[in-house]
Amino acid sequence: MEQPALVQLKDVTKVYKMGDVELAALRGVSLEVAHGEFTAIMGASGSGKSTLMNLLGCLDRPTAGTYQLEGNEVSGLSNDQLAAIRNRTIGFVFQSFNLLSRTSALENVELPLLYSGVHAAERHQRAREALERVGLGDRLDHHPNQMSGGQQQRVAIARALVNRPRVLLADEPTGNLDSRTSVDVMALFQELGRTGITVLLVTHEPDIAAYASRVVVMRDGLVRSDKRQPQKAAVPVAEGAEVLP
Amino acid sequence: MNLLMTLRVALRALARNKMRSFLTGLGMVFGVAAVIAMVAIGDGAKARVEATFAAMGSNMFIILNGSSGGGGAMGGFGSQPTLTWDDLKAIQTELTTVRDAAPVLNARTQLLSDEANWGTLVQGTTPEYLRVRAWEVASGEAFSQSDVDGGTKVALLGQTVAEKLFGPNANPLGQLVRIKNVPFTVVGVLAKKGQSPFGQDYDDVVMIPVTTFQQKVSGGLKNFIAGTISVSAVSADSTQRAQAQVRGLLRDRHRLSIDADDDFNIRSLSEIADARREGTETLTTLLAAIAAVSLLVGGIGIMNIMLVSVTERTREIGVRMAVGARARDIQLQFLVEALSLAVAGGLIGVVSGLSVAAWLARAAGWAMLIRPDVILLAVGFSGLVGVGFGFYPAYKASRLDPITALRFE
Repeated sequence: MEQPALVQLKDVTKVYKMGDVELAALRGVSLEVAHGEFTAIMGASGSGKSTLMNLLGCLDRPTAGTYQLEGNEVSGLSNDQLAAIRNRTIGFVFQSFNLLSRTSALENVELPLLYSGVHAAERHQRAREALERVGLGDRLDHHPNQMSGGQQQRVAIARALVNRPRVLLADEPTGNLDSRTSVDVMALFQELGRTGITVLLVTHEPDIAAYASRVVVMRDGLVRSDKRQPQKAAVPVAEGAEVLP
Repeated sequence: MNLLMTLRVALRALARNKMRSFLTGLGMVFGVAAVIAMVAIGDGAKARVEATFAAMGSNMFIILNGSSGGGGAMGGFGSQPTLTWDDLKAIQTELTTVRDAAPVLNARTQLLSDEANWGTLVQGTTPEYLRVRAWEVASGEAFSQSDVDGGTKVALLGQTVAEKLFGPNANPLGQLVRIKNVPFTVVGVLAKKGQSPFGQDYDDVVMIPVTTFQQKVSGGLKNFIAGTISVSAVSADSTQRAQAQVRGLLRDRHRLSIDADDDFNIRSLSEIADARREGTETLTTLLAAIAAVSLLVGGIGIMNIMLVSVTERTREIGVRMAVGARARDIQLQFLVEALSLAVAGGLIGVVSGLSVAAWLARAAGWAMLIRPDVILLAVGFSGLVGVGFGFYPAYKASRLDPITALRFE
């Protein structure tokens, strides 16, 4: 029997109430994402892609429609249950990294493990492994302000990966990076896809979307096109991230 | 996430902003230090007042003769001699709570020196009386028991009398004063005692041996004491008990039946002492109340900074929520941060409050009084302040929407 899709959205709508005005950010989105797929979600600002991302990340609930994650309906879960899903099933990467300042890379990466009650020794071990995986094994004690943007984003990716999630949600992860480090990050994402992690990437740059195996374009709260494409290989330049076999 | 982890997370967050944490905690430091120092000052003052009162004779009381009556006109206390010299001896020797007891015979008469004369109170008494009154001799010395036994003609002058008869700054020692035309040698001058609470000048007095008094000033009544007995208890606390013992002893010796009234009267200064003590207790309460206000201000300071901190760390809260923190994890973290600030400030406050109290005690020459209950109360209260004033900011933090928090600039 075929595995159910990892992510399954059916007729999802999201309506925001701003006083008397109702604003429909999503107007009936259906989407299925399989395990290990590397999907880019594109669209102009206001197209609903951020709202879609928030729903996929269990930061918000749909107004109507169903959302199944790993076959489980999540649209009716409590806040605490959603927090648990964010903790164990989903990893977030943000445009502005969102690392805790004046806190070492290791402690930043440990953060999700704190909330799943992992003990100190295992926490350090797993955080160190995650940082080594993104090629920062020699920067464990560095603080964010001592690292370049690319390094900070890799710390953020290590943090997203440390609790072994099924889905990695990346919201404009290359928005604050130069093109060379952007390629590094994309190479890392492609590598994750090969190890079975599903990557969902929001971007407005076609260059970046080209590294994905599937591109979903949003406009006015609806999916306008959904195409699979041959992945463009991201080749890390010079001192790029060390990609594990 | 368990409490220990939360505590570590909270402490780490505080450590990230050391200067601010320090300044925030400072409010509690001053509040708690103020409470402890103020209470110590109040207690020190109280102890000082009590000691002063003990010196004035707060543990002293007076036994008066009974009232005369029978003819229809009641004479008032002291008009009917009932106290005997044997009663005095019994009080001196038989009672455990009595330290000293002395007879006091009074007469108002004119004193003459070579140049001046002065009408004053002459008291015939024994050396114990000075101990009962805690009265020092400023120059010369007091007459002794052998003066009493031998009935020698020696006199101790109060400051006022010495001044009136011999002028200020004169040395009356060895000079003669005439009391009822009998020459007495001045052997000492009493230290200045000041006024009674009712304006009577304590220093306007002359003391002579009680035997001499009976022979030369006022004849007396042989077996009965034509005056009063001044008694001091061994301590201020045992004054009440000493009074009861004296009363029991005298009723016994005077063979009074159970339903008979006392044929003597006991008066004490303890009411005045109580009033004074109450006054200093009010002072302590007042100081503590002022200090408690500063604790409250410290708490408001913590709330203020925690609110600023929640706003400033909105993004951090968003990130924590995105990676799996539940609302109660966030709330607990901020609550523990406020609590840690308050308790740490409180503990530092205890140490500095005690140091200030010790320094003040040394400066003022008081005994250092540490009250563990006040310390516990101050630390407990600072914890309460931390939780109380930390609750709202923590609640606010936990209610943040992760999406908005993550987008917060």
